[in-house]
Amino acid sequence: MFCIVVKRSCRGVRVSLKSCNLLANDGYSITNVELLHRRRKHFLQSHNTNVTRLLSSRPHNSEVPEAATWEPVPEDQLPPPVHIPADLVDQLERLALVDFRTKQGLACLEKAIRFADQLHVVDTSGVEPMDSVLEDRSLNLRVDAVTEGDCAEELLQLSKHTVEEYFVAPPGNIPLPTREERAAILKHSEL
Amino acid sequence: MAASSVAASELLQHMNKHISIFYPKASCVIRRISTSSLRCCSQPQLKVKSAPQQLVGVVGLEVHAQINSNTKLFSGSSVRFSAPPNSLVSPFDATLPGTLPVLNIRCVEAAVMTALALNCTINRKSLFDRKHYFYADLPAGYQITQQRRPIAVDGLLAYSFLGGKKRNQVIKKSVSIKQIQLEQDSGKSLHDDLRSQTLIDLNRAGVGLMELVMEPDMSCGEEAAAAVGELQLILQTLGTCQGNMSEGQLRVDANVSVHEPGEPLGIRTEVKNINSIRYLARAIDYEIQRQIAVLQRGGTVQSETRAFDSKSGETVPMRDKEGLQDYRFMPEPNLPPLIVYEDNASLPTGIDACQAVVVQKIREALPELPAVKRERLVQAYGILPEHSLTLVNEEGLVEYFEAVLRATKKEPRKVIGWVTNDLVGHLKQQDMSVTQSPISPKALAELLELQETGHISSSAARRVFQEMWRSPGKTAAQIIQEQDLGLVSDTSQLHSICQKVLDAHPDVVNAIKSGNKKVLNKLMGLVQRETKGRADPVLVRRIIEEKTS
Repeated sequence: MFCIVVKRSCRGVRVSLKSCNLLANDGYSITNVELLHRRRKHFLQSHNTNVTRLLSSRPHNSEVPEAATWEPVPEDQLPPPVHIPADLVDQLERLALVDFRTKQGLACLEKAIRFADQLHVVDTSGVEPMDSVLEDRSLNLRVDAVTEGDCAEELLQLSKHTVEEYFVAPPGNIPLPTREERAAILKHSEL
Repeated sequence: MAASSVAASELLQHMNKHISIFYPKASCVIRRISTSSLRCCSQPQLKVKSAPQQLVGVVGLEVHAQINSNTKLFSGSSVRFSAPPNSLVSPFDATLPGTLPVLNIRCVEAAVMTALALNCTINRKSLFDRKHYFYADLPAGYQITQQRRPIAVDGLLAYSFLGGKKRNQVIKKSVSIKQIQLEQDSGKSLHDDLRSQTLIDLNRAGVGLMELVMEPDMSCGEEAAAAVGELQLILQTLGTCQGNMSEGQLRVDANVSVHEPGEPLGIRTEVKNINSIRYLARAIDYEIQRQIAVLQRGGTVQSETRAFDSKSGETVPMRDKEGLQDYRFMPEPNLPPLIVYEDNASLPTGIDACQAVVVQKIREALPELPAVKRERLVQAYGILPEHSLTLVNEEGLVEYFEAVLRATKKEPRKVIGWVTNDLVGHLKQQDMSVTQSPISPKALAELLELQETGHISSSAARRVFQEMWRSPGKTAAQIIQEQDLGLVSDTSQLHSICQKVLDAHPDVVNAIKSGNKKVLNKLMGLVQRETKGRADPVLVRRIIEEKTS
């Protein structure tokens, strides 16, 4: 998991180097770049695949295993499997704006929940949750001076529909059809 | 099915439990979801058998104050009212990929300053969260706010208003401030029903807001209006928010419920769409009466959002954005925690001074707050508290009053009435501000000086004041001369006028002679009528006394 985060952060920094004007977060990118250089050196020197938490104050953490290991959790250690009631499916469909009430769709959702159930086995007592890999960094603050804006034309060019200098969106939030209506629409589904 | 829904609710409880373990102080974590079930647990029941108790209103407020800053909360584009659409938008405000938020130090300092003025506890460390909802004027699909740990908590706003039978009694109250949080404003939607489309202007998207949550400590529209009025005054004094409600710089939502005193709170409704303090009071009082009427009919109050219609003076149900609202709060991954420092000594080494928010520095820069100013005026000038309330509540009136005092030897106690009654009365009548007054402080001082030195009577002074209001530029002395309003102090002239009045009322003269001194005032009044109020009253009294003794 850390691996992905690090990769993503690296990519973010690279983007910021290419087009600084697009990125508002100049302060970060500078500190990140410095750190990254240091880290790159470290990478080269140690020459291993060991990845520590980016921006962690400790450069090396022996708690992190050198290679990823994997062990499936036995079924009897997991909490009883969750079945999704129709009401909840309805709410999830509305929130996600995705219809998935087919047998296959529900099976997929239940499988995903079952997979996540393994997290219940992990003992997290006494461990403070981590919000972000940046949580021990100080927040970069900007002085209150105008540096951006006045680029309506460029921004509006990105939009398919515009009227004068406005973006155009569909009217309001369209209420979704009720479950019965949607059931009628999806009458070919297996449910 | 039933079993699994139980499991789902259990899961939710588990989550809450975990949250409260990890964030023991963040009682606000499940505010949006849980307040209705935790706080508003019962519908007030009207007990038919026992004597029906009086139902009373309970009012809490949520205030959104736009931060008075040059640029937005997380981007460097300007903040301005009524600019061409989408001209104040940066790539971040439009949520272009690859853009990241950078917090504006001014917005943090404004929130800290406001929090200090409202006696809040400043959280040394506060956190940013994403609150998700789908609306076209929120391009990111979430608002960055402070849900788990806001910048400040536990404040108190003291306010006062004129109450009592004659509305001249200063009533002091206070309301608890639950929290102050920093968050982004949304853009604006223009609904074009004709072509069935919505036009989006993102100029306001990302402007910094302070959301102030007030506890339900108020009981009626008047109290809520006074609390918001005081808050507005404090914000304007601090300069952290311009506080103009009609431009949306200050937005107030009211949570209203009714209950019998001592019973749990009733089910509440949220009243939105209130754009002036006057309407706030009307909307709340209407809503309290409506809920009482519903309960007295034996009905139940629905938990809903209602909008105030200023034309009819009523609140009407609003179609909620989405019944099944789930904001899916999550920590904002692009912003580390916001740290503020108590004083320079607590700054960590190596931190850039212009990057640090230091509470002590902001506390020292706090201007004189309205309540302190009122107290000072009462002490310094010997005026009444209700006068200080009027003085401070009208923008620029204190400065006006003090400018008048500098230009006259008249006692402050005698000047105050002219300012708070005559001047404010005229201003209110024509909906003008103090700076628009056609009578300058110097001109008023000149008039009062003429009265003080005995050139005109107080009733003539009021006529001169009205004339000065109508024809700005003319001095009091000019008007007195033109209209012959000067005090008649020519003894022989007054003697003859008095004699004429005495001759016309022999019965009154006899009454005085037989010991009834009170009726002398009647003769005084008659002499003043003859002279159109211009006679020197001291002189007149002496002449009449002489002639009737």
